[in-house]
Amino acid sequence: MTAPSEQKSPAPVEEVTLTIDGVEVSVPKGTLVIRAAERVGIEIPRFCDHPLLKPAGACRQCLVEVSAPDREGNVRPMPKPQTSCTLEATPGMQVSTQNTSPVAEKAQRGQIEFLLVNHPLDCPVCDKGGECPLQNQALDHGSNTSRFTGVKRTFPKPIKISSQIMLDRDRCILCQRCTRFQDEIAGDPFIDLQGRGGGTPGYEVHGLHAQQIGRFDEAILDYVGGETVTDDDSVGPMGEPALVSATAGNAGTVGPAAVDASGRPFASYFSGNTIQICPVGALTSASYRFRSRPFDLVSSPAIAEHDACGAAIRVDHRRGVVLRRLAGDDPAVNEEWITDKDRFAFPWQSAPDVLTSPLVRDEETGELVPTSWSEAVHLAAQLLTGATGGVGALPGGRLTVEDAYAWSKFARVVLGTNDIDFRARAHSAEESDFLAHRVAGASMDVTYGDLERSPQVLLVGLEPEEEAGTIFLRLRKGVLAGRVKVATIAPMATRGSTKMRAEVLPVVPGGETEVLTALAAGDSEHTQYAALAEALRGEGAVILAGERLGMVPGGYTALLKLVEATGARLAWVPRRAGDRGAVEVGLLPGLLPGGRPTAEAQARVDVAAVWGVDELPATPGRDHTEILAAAADGTLGALLVGGIDLEDLPDPALAERALAGVGSVVQLEVRRSAVTEHADVVLPVVPPTGKSGTFLNWESRPRPFETVLEGPGMSDAKVLDMVAEAAGTDLGTRTVTDTYAELAEFPGWDGPRHEAPAVEAAPTPELGAGRAVLATWRLMLDAGRGQDGEPHLAGTAHRPVAMLSAATATGIGLQAGGNVVLSTDTGRLELPAVLAAMPDGVVWVPQHSVGSSVYRSLGVGAGAVVALAPADSEVQS
Amino acid sequence: MTTLTPVLSDLWDAPRSWKLEAYQDAGGYQALRTALSMETADLVTMVKDSGLRGRGGAGFPTGLKWSFLPPPDGGPRYLVVNADESEPGTCKDVPLMMANPHVLLEGVIITSMAIGCHRAFIYIRGEVVHVYRRLLAAVEEARAAGFLGENILGSGYDLEVVVHAGAGAYICGEETALLDSLEGRRGQPRLKPPFPAVAGLYSRPTVVNNVETIASVPLIVANGADWFNHMGTERSKGHGLFSLSGHVAKPGQYEAPLGITFRELLDMAGGIRDGHRLKFWTPGGSSTPILTDEHLDLVLDYESVGAAGSMLGTRALQVFDETTSVVRCVSRWNDFYQHESCGKCTPCREGTYWMKEILHRLEAGKGTEGDIDLLLDVADNIDGRSFCALGDASAQPVKSGIAYFREEFEQGLHTPAWELFPYEANALYSGVAS
Repeated sequence: MTAPSEQKSPAPVEEVTLTIDGVEVSVPKGTLVIRAAERVGIEIPRFCDHPLLKPAGACRQCLVEVSAPDREGNVRPMPKPQTSCTLEATPGMQVSTQNTSPVAEKAQRGQIEFLLVNHPLDCPVCDKGGECPLQNQALDHGSNTSRFTGVKRTFPKPIKISSQIMLDRDRCILCQRCTRFQDEIAGDPFIDLQGRGGGTPGYEVHGLHAQQIGRFDEAILDYVGGETVTDDDSVGPMGEPALVSATAGNAGTVGPAAVDASGRPFASYFSGNTIQICPVGALTSASYRFRSRPFDLVSSPAIAEHDACGAAIRVDHRRGVVLRRLAGDDPAVNEEWITDKDRFAFPWQSAPDVLTSPLVRDEETGELVPTSWSEAVHLAAQLLTGATGGVGALPGGRLTVEDAYAWSKFARVVLGTNDIDFRARAHSAEESDFLAHRVAGASMDVTYGDLERSPQVLLVGLEPEEEAGTIFLRLRKGVLAGRVKVATIAPMATRGSTKMRAEVLPVVPGGETEVLTALAAGDSEHTQYAALAEALRGEGAVILAGERLGMVPGGYTALLKLVEATGARLAWVPRRAGDRGAVEVGLLPGLLPGGRPTAEAQARVDVAAVWGVDELPATPGRDHTEILAAAADGTLGALLVGGIDLEDLPDPALAERALAGVGSVVQLEVRRSAVTEHADVVLPVVPPTGKSGTFLNWESRPRPFETVLEGPGMSDAKVLDMVAEAAGTDLGTRTVTDTYAELAEFPGWDGPRHEAPAVEAAPTPELGAGRAVLATWRLMLDAGRGQDGEPHLAGTAHRPVAMLSAATATGIGLQAGGNVVLSTDTGRLELPAVLAAMPDGVVWVPQHSVGSSVYRSLGVGAGAVVALAPADSEVQS
Repeated sequence: MTTLTPVLSDLWDAPRSWKLEAYQDAGGYQALRTALSMETADLVTMVKDSGLRGRGGAGFPTGLKWSFLPPPDGGPRYLVVNADESEPGTCKDVPLMMANPHVLLEGVIITSMAIGCHRAFIYIRGEVVHVYRRLLAAVEEARAAGFLGENILGSGYDLEVVVHAGAGAYICGEETALLDSLEGRRGQPRLKPPFPAVAGLYSRPTVVNNVETIASVPLIVANGADWFNHMGTERSKGHGLFSLSGHVAKPGQYEAPLGITFRELLDMAGGIRDGHRLKFWTPGGSSTPILTDEHLDLVLDYESVGAAGSMLGTRALQVFDETTSVVRCVSRWNDFYQHESCGKCTPCREGTYWMKEILHRLEAGKGTEGDIDLLLDVADNIDGRSFCALGDASAQPVKSGIAYFREEFEQGLHTPAWELFPYEANALYSGVAS
C-alpha cells in the first residue's frame, strides 16, 4: 500500500548526516562521499574525479568501505568497497576510508600499483614531475617498490594532437578527465577514447588493442592506408619525430569540422585546460614541454588581460621569465577554466620589441634614440603643454583602472581637455551616450552566477565563444543543466551558439534594431519571437549586449527600450580587459569618473574638488575618430597615444595621416608599434606582469592583481605622474595605493545621468546584383598583437573563411570549393567560401585574422555593403 | 533421477525448425494470442509467479525486473534482448536462435506488450552472422504474418523489432555497455544508478533480458506459471539449457530442470571421454570459479552452486579431464579477459595485463619465487574493485585455480606446463594423439 502523494511546496535543500572515519558530517542531499570527506578534512586519493566534471568511477583509486542502513534501519556493510567519487551520501551511512579501514587501504594501494604497472618511470624528465597527482599519491599511498617485473606497454610518442597540445600515451592513466572536459564543459569533443583494454607489452603500434586517447588517426591506429605524418619540431625520447595527428586525409573526424590554421580539424579554444587537469604528464603543451621543472617556478596569482571576463590565472615564472600560465580557481568568475588565449598568449609581454628605455627623436637624423627618463619626461611635458590647438589623448582599452584613472585625470588637469577616448575600435556617439547613461557608475548587477541560473538570456552583438570565453562556458553550463535558455540576435548560427543550443534570431547586420524593437513590443503581431519576448519579461531574464551593437544605428536606443519594456537585466560586454574600467573613470569625451556627465556643472565641481583644481574643462571633447581627424587636419597640435594598434581602428589610414601630420606624438607603450614610427617621445610602460592594479570585468567586478615580475619598469599611472610633475602638476598617481585612495574619495553621484541615446535605425541597404551586407567580428585567436610569439597557439586558430548562404553563392555564380572576393573602393579581400544557413545577401568574414583584415582591406565594417564575386570571375573580368 | 525436459529445445530436431511454419505447427504464436487477451499487469504477475529468473547469469527475478519500470509517462520504453553471447564456454543462446528464432520473437512480443514497449531491440553478437541472418529472416516472416508491425493480430498493439549486430566486444554483453553500443557509442559500462529500468536506452525506461529468459516467456504464458514453477528447486524454478563442452563423450545442449546434478548431466553426456577422469569443471562459463570432482553431486541451482563457492552463471559446463593443465587453462582464460577488457577501469585493464605476464611465465615453467602469492594478490585487488562484473570475473579462474590446484602452479616455477601436460594428450580429437 502506498499513500497518495501530496502536493508539497519545494522543500529547502535537504541535509543528510553520515559519519566518515567516525566523524559526523552533514551535507546537502546529493553530495558525493568524496566531497563530504573533504568537508571534514579527510582526503581520499583520486584521479578521474574532478569536482566540475560528472562522476566517472574509472580509476577506482578512491575506494572506501561503506555500511548503510537497510530498509529496517539495520546498518549493513556493502559487500564490496565503493568508489567515493560516485557514491552519494545517504543518511546514516558509515564510511571508512584508508585511514580507518584496512580493506580500503589495501584496495587503494592495489589500484595505485595497477596504475604504475604501465606508467613509465620518467618522472625526472616529465613536465608533471613535482606537481603530479600520480607521483604525489603514489608517494603518499603507494608502495616503495614495484612488484611488477614485466615489460611495460609503450607507444611511439609524442603525438601532436593539435599544434599546441602534445600527447604521450604511455603516461596516460585513462582517467578520461580530458575527454570529459572537452565533451561536458567546452563542447568540443575533439579527442576521445579509442581501442580497448590494456594492450600488449612493448613499443609498437597497438592499433585498437590498447585503449588510448586520440583523434582517430588512421596511421596511428595502424589502419590500412593510413599515412604517417611526422614533425621534427617536437621529438620523442629517442629523437624520433612527433606523430602529427589529424592532418588532412589522416584523421577520421566526426561531423562538419572547420579547419584550423595548422590544417587540422578545428579542436577547441579551451584545450589547454586538459593539460592542467591531466593527473599525469600525458598531455603537455608544445610551448612549455621540457622547458622547466615545477619546483623551479615561482607562481603568482593574476588576472587574464585578453578579454573583459576577468578570469583568474596563475603566472609561473623562473628567473624573471614567464614560462606558462594556468587557470586560477575562482568559483565566482571562471571556476577552474580559462581560454587557450588566456593560457598561452603571454609571450607578447616579453617579445623582442618590448621597449626598455625611453626614446626621443634625434633632431639631426630623425631616428629614435634611447635617452634618460628625465630628458624624455621633460620633453614629453614640453611637447604636450606647448602644443598649439591642444592635445588629444588616445589611451586604448587595455589599461587597469588605476592607469585609466591617471589618463583621465592627466587629460583634464594637465592637458586641460576632454579630448579623450579609449575606444580604439569602431564606435559611435550613440554608444557614448549609452555608456554614459547606463553603464558608467553602475555597480555590479548581472554576474556569472546569474548567467548560470537565468531562465532566458538574450545575446545581441556578442559571440561569447569568440569574444568572452568565460561567459560562453558559464552559459553552456547553465544550458546543459537545463536551467538556462539562450537566444542570440546574429546573422547565423555559430559553433558557439550551437553549443549553447541557442535560438538564433537571424538578422542582416544593421537589422538588430528592428528585432530589438519588435521584441520590446512583444506581441505576436509585431514579432515572430513572441515566446522569447515573453520569456524576457520573466523573472531572472538577462540581456547581454556586446560592444559591437555600437556599430548598429539605433541599436542601443532600441536595447534600452527593450530593457524598459521587459524588465530584463542588462549587462554590457566589451571585448577588452580595460574597457569597463575606462568607462568607469571617464576615458570618454563626455564623461568624468563615476558616471558623472562632463556637461553637468556639479559633476565638474565634484571632480575638481577631489583633484584639487579650480575647474575642469567644460567643453565636450572629441571622440576617437574626431581626435584623429582633428590631428590629421592640424586642429590639434599633439597626440598622447597609449596602447593602441592601428589595425583595430575603423580607418587605419586616417590614423596614419593623423600621426604623420600632427605636430608631435607622445607614446606610452609596452612594445614598439606602428605608432612608434611617428612618435617624438616614446615612454615605455610595463605589461600587466610588471605592475599591480585592477581590471574591472564586464560584471563590473574589481579584479585586483599584484606585480608578478618586479623590475625597473613603470606603469602608465606612474609615467603620467612624472610627466605631470615635469609640467608642474602633481597628479598623485605615483603608486597604486595613492591612486586607489584617491578613487575612494569620490562620493557617489546622485546627480542627473547622461541622457539616453535616441537614434533611429538606419534604412535597410539596397542591394544590387553582386553586392552583400558585411557581417564581421573578431575571432578569439586572430592576428591581434597580444598573441604574438606563440606559433603553436596560432596554429589552433580557425582558418579564416567567408561565410554566405547558398542562394547568395548561387547568385554570384560561385562554384563549390571556390574563393570569394569582397571588395570596396578601398580594396579587396579573398577568402575560401563556406556555405552556411544565414540570410541571403550577407557575407561574414573574420574581422582581423591572418589574411583577413577587414578595416585595412575594405575600409568599412559590419553593416556596410560590399561587392561580392567569385575569385576566378574577377580574374577573368 | 532427473530427466531431460526439452522445452526450448523441443523443436530443434524438426525439419527446418527455424521457419515460421515449423514453429506454428508446434503450437507457436498461440501464447501470443493468449497474451493479447490478457491485461498487461496480469502478464507481469504471471511471470513473477512462475519464478523465472534471468538466464544471462545473474539470476535476477524477471518479473520483478519488469515491475521496476516507472509508471508510463507517455514516452517510449524499450525492451532490449541481450544476445551478445560471448562468455567462454557459453553456447546456449546462439544454438537457440539458430534453431528456433521464433520462440525468442514470440517472447519479445509478449514481453514488450507486458512492459508497454513499441520498439524492441535484439543486440546480437556480430560474429555469428548466420544467426543474425536467421533472426532477420524470422522478423521478416513474423511481420508478414502479422505478428509484428502495426495492429498485431487486430489487437491495436504495435511493435517493431530491430535486430542489431554488435561489432565484437565481450564488454557489450554487460547490459549498460550494450546500451551505449546500441546507441552508437563506444561500448563501455555506465555508472549505476540510474539503472536501465529508469534510464536505459536513450535515457528511457528499459528492460534488458537474456535470450533464454525472453524465450521462456511464451511457454509460461501458454502453460501457466504453475507448469513452470513445478520444475526446478525451491528458489530456482523452471527449465534451463545446460551446455556441456570439453572432455565429455557427447558434448551439447541438455535442457533440464534447474536442480539437476552435475553427475546426472555428465551421465547424459556419456561421461568423461574414454580412459580419462574428471579433473575440474566450470558450472557457468569461465567467469564462474572452477569446481572439481568433489562436486560431482552438486545440485545445479543458483543457491547450491553459490554455496559451493561458485555461481550457476550461464550453465556452461566446461569439463576438463586429467590431461589438462590448470595453469594453461587459467592462462588462456585470462588472455581472453585481458584481450576483452574494455579499459575503462584500472583494475581490469592493468590487473589482467599483469596477470597475463605472471601466468605466461608460470606456464613456461619460468615462474619466480612468490609469483603465486603475487598472482593471488593481484586477483584480489581486481575482485570487487572493478567498475563492472567483467573485471571481477577475470579474478575467478585465478583464485579458484590456485585454491584447488596450487601445486600445479608451484610446478610452474620450474617445469613448463607443456611438459607436464602434453598438448597431444589433452587434445579433444585424438587424431593428434597416438
